[in-house]
Amino acid sequence: MARIAGVDLPRDKRGEIAIQYIYGIGIPSAKKIFAEARVDSNKRVKSWTDEETARIREIIERAYKVEGDLRREVAMNVKRLMDIGCYRGIRHRKGLPVRGQRTHTNARTRKGRSKGVMVKKKPVAAAPAAAPKK
Amino acid sequence: MGRSLSKGPYVELRLQSRVEDLNRAHQKKVLKTWSRRSTILPEFVGHTLAVHNGKKFIPVYMTENMVGHRLGEFALSRTFKAHGASEKASTSPTGKT
Repeated sequence: MARIAGVDLPRDKRGEIAIQYIYGIGIPSAKKIFAEARVDSNKRVKSWTDEETARIREIIERAYKVEGDLRREVAMNVKRLMDIGCYRGIRHRKGLPVRGQRTHTNARTRKGRSKGVMVKKKPVAAAPAAAPKK
Repeated sequence: MGRSLSKGPYVELRLQSRVEDLNRAHQKKVLKTWSRRSTILPEFVGHTLAVHNGKKFIPVYMTENMVGHRLGEFALSRTFKAHGASEKASTSPTGKT
């Protein structure tokens, strides 16, 4: 069981892929870590030796900001923008796209699930009015 | 894309010198400015600048956190009247009848 930075790594995946389950480690940093640890990046997590696991863990703990710390840093950066009341902060506050994307359509990731068109309750209103005519 | 560091931050010269005059005189006055593109320098901290938003001047009190941002970021130039509340108000009467 390889547990790094509070995350259980999937045992059956290639090492390079598995360590990307840690928040803050993507493809480039995963490659760098394996190069520095001199571990074969194709080796599955379950076949890592204790020593290899320790080396990878040591590199991540020393050189990378991951998981909780990284999340906190991002949240602090966003909070700073919101506190100073600049344009980007206001966009964060309102939950709208921050980097100038259009909002006429799309932008669903920031705005959340589509709210749909308000359907007028026509059947209720129209039925009594239409019935006498026919 | 960010601005090249070798050029240094852009500030309207006239604005910068006016703020520095205030600093030298240890005064705090609200300066009107149209220069939304000027970067906020550390020297500006503690001053209030009235930044034009195209229609009127928005007073912006500068704090340490704002250094490096542009003045225009703090004086919004667009008005947006919310959708939600007004839409409900206009549709609900017709929906009921």
